[in-house]
Amino acid sequence: MTALRTREPLAGRLRWAVADAFAVAGRDLAHWRRQPAAVLVGALFPVLLLLMFTYLLGGGMAVPGGGDYRDFLVPGMLALAMVFGVEATMTAVVTDTARGITDRFRSLPMAPSAVVAGRCLADLASSAVGLAVLIVAALAIGWRPAGVAPALAAVGLLLLLRVAFLWIGVYLGLLARDPSMVVAVQVLVWPFAFLSNAFVAASAMPGWLSAVAEWNPVAGTVTAVRELFGSPVGTGGGWATEHAALLAVGWPLVLTVVFAALAVRRFQGLSR
Amino acid sequence: MAAVQMQGLVKRYGGRAVLDGVDLEVGRGSVCALLGPNGAGKTTAVRILATLVRSDGGRAEVAGIDVARDPRAVRRRIGLIGQQPAVDDVLGARENLVLFARLHHLGRRAAQARADELLAQVGLAGTGGQPVRTFSGGMRRRLDIAAGLVLAPEVLFLDEPTTGLDPAGRRDVWDAVRALVAGGTTVLLTTQYLEEAEQLADDVCVLDGGRVVARGTPRELTAAVGGDRLELVVADPARAREAAALAERVAGELPVLAPAGTGERVVVPVARRRGAVGAVVRALDEAGIAVDDLVLRPTTLDEAYLRITGADRARSEVPA
Repeated sequence: MTALRTREPLAGRLRWAVADAFAVAGRDLAHWRRQPAAVLVGALFPVLLLLMFTYLLGGGMAVPGGGDYRDFLVPGMLALAMVFGVEATMTAVVTDTARGITDRFRSLPMAPSAVVAGRCLADLASSAVGLAVLIVAALAIGWRPAGVAPALAAVGLLLLLRVAFLWIGVYLGLLARDPSMVVAVQVLVWPFAFLSNAFVAASAMPGWLSAVAEWNPVAGTVTAVRELFGSPVGTGGGWATEHAALLAVGWPLVLTVVFAALAVRRFQGLSR
Repeated sequence: MAAVQMQGLVKRYGGRAVLDGVDLEVGRGSVCALLGPNGAGKTTAVRILATLVRSDGGRAEVAGIDVARDPRAVRRRIGLIGQQPAVDDVLGARENLVLFARLHHLGRRAAQARADELLAQVGLAGTGGQPVRTFSGGMRRRLDIAAGLVLAPEVLFLDEPTTGLDPAGRRDVWDAVRALVAGGTTVLLTTQYLEEAEQLADDVCVLDGGRVVARGTPRELTAAVGGDRLELVVADPARAREAAALAERVAGELPVLAPAGTGERVVVPVARRRGAVGAVVRALDEAGIAVDDLVLRPTTLDEAYLRITGADRARSEVPA
């Protein structure tokens, strides 16, 4: 019989909270090992979109202010890949909750925060991989970033956006309680994506639509990332476009704060 | 000292009391079955004891610790096996157990060693890296139980552990539970199956509408409802009703409202064992009703349970 005394916390609960979060995230990494195909398919979907828009639709696209549509599209696709991550997060959360795994975690002497924190770590890691795959694909079709340092900053902004959509996903996952609800989000994410400057410059849209697209929480990131990569930005646009860097940081932070608070409240509400 | 104790436990959802003042005590090392129909409050009671849900009133203690005051300490002493196997489908059995052991804060080595012990204990040692997805229902359930045993808990909660399992899987789970009890674990299980309570439990507590409507050993419950039943199979189903009436008049307790039974099978409560079979056979013979089979048997917990919950509903309809 193994000694079953739990080890004494070395630096208190915080240390265990971190260790538990990594243990929970490790479960997802073990999934990758077992189902590499599933990971690959997930990562290849944005690549497919990139190829479709570049080669099937790109011929009919003109970027206001000039520039190649492919170079205009790549940063947009990178940002959208972060947005699409909301589905994966929501699916994982709602499935675990519906199947009693969340409750099992909650009945263990682990840090309760690790249930959600582990999800965040795992999804951020998988999004980083997805981002890498998409960037390699973009490089393969001839897109080139302007420099390494600004490119890294761009990746940082993209992952920050992912954090925001991660928390949205956690919140929606806790809200849904039924895996079939994910479909609704999968559908709604499309108008959200198209109502941004990711595929088409906001200035090319009719008046009020262009304002909506400019203020879309993704738009700041898209524009800022275009600038950092040295890709065409598209001319025109109002205050929001001129202050893209501010919005690229501000929007994700606001979304994260709001949805993290909602998600934590919802998580605690599980014991009501 | 009791391993589990509830006093006046209350839980409301949207103004409706799911638990309406439940008292329960489970002795150390014993098995208690919470029995009741859907919506009786069984699962809610277990979820409160397992620190998943807070109560709205009353007190609950597990292993002498108040679940509301120190849930963390309670979690170190319990295992919870919920209504559906809460294990990762993609991973193998061992990977699952190592993960749960790590989350119990065992070190890497200890977690692996414990996982191997548990796999052997529930008879899954041979499954290797095979994903849980490919397991049978019974295997999955055993893995689920193993996951609840990482720290050799003092108290194990099983919420409808055999719902949806085939008979072989059910027997599997029963054997696992019996082995645990032999090792001194206290078990509180909820079930809708009387047979399960009869097979496993030292004590049965019948919940209905959030209240305890009966409690005792399975034997006490059946005894309280009363005596024995005469079960007979008539050759001609058309005469079943007649046979039932006759048997009741001769051997039955009064008053019996409607004799239970379907088709040619008739079940009659018997007031006194002695002489009942002979008297009924004689009466049927005189009436010319042919009988294929006739058994005098004790009342089952099933019948007692129906009587108990049915009677309680009838009583609660009388305005106080």
